[in-house]
Amino acid sequence: MEVKIGLEIHCQLTGLASKLFCPCPCNYRGSEPNANTCPVCLGLPGTLPLLNRRAVEFAGMITLALGCRIPEETMFYRKNYFYPDLPKNFQLTQYNAYGITSIGVDGKLDYDDKSARIRRVQLEEDPGRLVYEGGSMEKSLYVLVDYNRAGVPLVEIVTEPDFADPNDVRDFLNKVKSIVEHLGICDTNLEGAVRCDANVSVAGGNRVEIKNVNSFADVEKALKYEMTRQKTMVSRDIEVKAETRHWDDARKVTKESRSKEEEQDYRYFPEPDVPSVELGRDFTKTLQGSMPELPDARKARFESMGLSSHVASVLIDNKELADFFESAAKIRDSPKEIANWLVTDLMGFVDEKEKEAGRSILSGIKAGPAHIADLVKLVEDGTVNRATAKQILAQVVETGEMPSDVAKNSQVTRIGDTGALGQAVDAVFSAEPSAVADAKKNPAAVNFLLGKVMQQTKGRADPKAALELIRKKLEI
Amino acid sequence: MNAFITVNKNAIEQARSLDRKIRDGKDAGPLAGVAVGIKDNISTKGIRTTCASKMLDNYVPPYDATVVKQLQDAGAVIVGKVNLDEFAMGSTTEFSRHGPTRNPWDTSRVPGGSSGGSAASVAALECAVSLGSDTGGSVRCPASFCSVVGLKPTYGLVSRFGLVSYANSLEQVGPVGRTVADVASVLDVISGFDERDHTTAAGKQSYGAGKKRPLRVGLVKEFIEGADEQVSKIIYDAVNTLAKEGCKCEEASLPSVKYALASYYTIAMAEASSNLARYDNMRYGFDASPDGYEWNSYFSHTRGNFGEEVKRRIITGSYVLSSGYYGKYYLKAQQVRSIIRKELKSLFGKFDVLAGPTMPILPFKIGEKLDDPLKMYLVDVDTVVANLAAVPAISVPAGFAAGLPVGLQLMADEFCEQTLFDAAGVFESAANVRGSPDL
Repeated sequence: MEVKIGLEIHCQLTGLASKLFCPCPCNYRGSEPNANTCPVCLGLPGTLPLLNRRAVEFAGMITLALGCRIPEETMFYRKNYFYPDLPKNFQLTQYNAYGITSIGVDGKLDYDDKSARIRRVQLEEDPGRLVYEGGSMEKSLYVLVDYNRAGVPLVEIVTEPDFADPNDVRDFLNKVKSIVEHLGICDTNLEGAVRCDANVSVAGGNRVEIKNVNSFADVEKALKYEMTRQKTMVSRDIEVKAETRHWDDARKVTKESRSKEEEQDYRYFPEPDVPSVELGRDFTKTLQGSMPELPDARKARFESMGLSSHVASVLIDNKELADFFESAAKIRDSPKEIANWLVTDLMGFVDEKEKEAGRSILSGIKAGPAHIADLVKLVEDGTVNRATAKQILAQVVETGEMPSDVAKNSQVTRIGDTGALGQAVDAVFSAEPSAVADAKKNPAAVNFLLGKVMQQTKGRADPKAALELIRKKLEI
Repeated sequence: MNAFITVNKNAIEQARSLDRKIRDGKDAGPLAGVAVGIKDNISTKGIRTTCASKMLDNYVPPYDATVVKQLQDAGAVIVGKVNLDEFAMGSTTEFSRHGPTRNPWDTSRVPGGSSGGSAASVAALECAVSLGSDTGGSVRCPASFCSVVGLKPTYGLVSRFGLVSYANSLEQVGPVGRTVADVASVLDVISGFDERDHTTAAGKQSYGAGKKRPLRVGLVKEFIEGADEQVSKIIYDAVNTLAKEGCKCEEASLPSVKYALASYYTIAMAEASSNLARYDNMRYGFDASPDGYEWNSYFSHTRGNFGEEVKRRIITGSYVLSSGYYGKYYLKAQQVRSIIRKELKSLFGKFDVLAGPTMPILPFKIGEKLDDPLKMYLVDVDTVVANLAAVPAISVPAGFAAGLPVGLQLMADEFCEQTLFDAAGVFESAANVRGSPDL
């Protein structure tokens, strides 16, 4: 059964100092309700919007990263609708009509070996937030409105319906996330900084819009649920209605919206108080010159440092991890070794709950780049073996101690000198006489003895030196 | 006159502190001690700003409009907030929650509108000058009906930050005074680029009372032909006066004027329907409790408190913006607007100023035109052109017919306010029209 999925991604430009049309701080998180507001973002009578030019540049950077075309002139439109979280009862956004387009159109983004077309990128203001006294609309007698978020710059990315598989959607969203993080314009770890609505239809049914998905991780779940629901209906000849459904985060299902979703007429028209924004060719040229390194280029660079494509991808997908890697590789020039430690070992300590919640995956880990560089040095010097290094790492992520200090203090360093090793070998030989007899003829029994020596030294013995001593003592 | 809605209780104290400043030999500003009235759709910090609407009955702004701050910095004393048609929608000041303002020359008649409080208070000597706002003639119409001077500046010359929007792309704050010199000195204070208003421009000059010079004056045929005979006679006399003062007067034609009213009302109502959406009584407004309402029904309930004329404009404006009609009405109105602008601009190649009556009729009785909104809209036919074309226009007293004032309207090219003051100033001193009503 053919499935079509299109996405509308909202990305707050958290990297900006101020809101889109007033000087209030862009960072509203942690403020007392309605404290992060001014007459302009509250829409008080007589106030006028003042466009944040830097926000236009940030939106332009996303536009370029998504392969879109930037017009020479763009405009802001009013989208008129009544809702309590909108101070002016209209939203300032962009609109494509009569030869005027939003900041970006007609793009394409490659991800893995696939690609999706981008219909448009637009800059708009975030509304305020409704806070339900009882936790949800159904359980509340009243609702509170917090305008702290009202006017925060949002970039909306609209794709063509080019996806058929929720797994592809996840990969695409990860790529977008990595791009905005690399551009330094959005901290995707912040709650509500990235949101995604999705349109889904299966052959034989109507288009259903899923709203209220507040983390990228849940988009895949919502899509899988919705596809199963629609396919089941179509196969039983039940009509799939064109409707908007909400993602119920607690029950992990999509629900019919209780509010009447009438066909809205937003009565778009150009905002008279914000003159059209002349971008010209210089805007695009200047932006192109100032773009930071994007994920694709960075991945290629990582590969040129000797990393496998897979390892490089894992690092790039999370800018935090990629930055961690680069810092560590600067301290110790063993990129491959460092990357392997990050991807296979350090990731094991990541709190899955943090990751699920979309928060910084490294927030709970006390080991920094210097720790990993130090650890790699210990292994490469032969000071500790790999197994010991793993134990050290487990301790270091908890305490933040330097690996070399841990190694020194707990005497986990490798025993390589013949004196100490000789004692261990002697002890094993006297404890295992039959194995010693056997070993003279059977090479497999030699390994048994070596294992015993390792056990005796709690893994600290240098296996090569120990084996040599065993052979010497056996006189073989 | 019922010109004032709110009196500023701190005015006396502010005047005393200015007195002290002057006594101490400090600079008290170019408008030191000048009593100013402010139209009640201009934001004044700590003084309620009602827009003559129940919707803003209890609204006390936390900030000053740029023009208010500029006036205060120049030493002016704000004596109060003056009456208007609700949200500046009207041409008579009858559509006010606070009752109609009366014309000081005949209190049974309207003072014009929507800045009727501004013009009536200045004519009745209740204040020296007043700030109005002009979206389609709202400063010039009452200036004409009350026999005072009123200016609609070039769009972008005066900051709109703090002016409660009715139709953003058309309106400007404008001064009303008893003489051209008074109006020029207020404009000098309130004009110029404002970083809080993207639509302001750097085009400010230093303004003063008129200089006599041989200007080229075009009498707009369409304006004079559409006016009542009593009015047109006075305007012909006025043009003759200008000619005697050395101006070169000829007839001019602006054929696209016949589309101006339709274009104006379409654009103004469209913008108004969106601008007034924010008045839902959730964040500010009047006493009402949302208890027991679902939000949508609460909005309907509270927004039912707009006056009839405002409702009419919101509904019409919503209609012309709705999908399927946008191209047919709003976009077409914008196209007409650019044609008018082009036509007017080409006339300014030949003429320094264009002249005509400000109002095609004499001030009428209170209540006379209330029943027929379309008839009411028609009286704006001569004034809306300047707003559509973004050019400055001034109304200056031209004389009386049957004891009622007639105003001469002069228009000039963008940012040529001084040309208007020159022409109006010359006319003012030559015509010597009687200054104040008997009260």
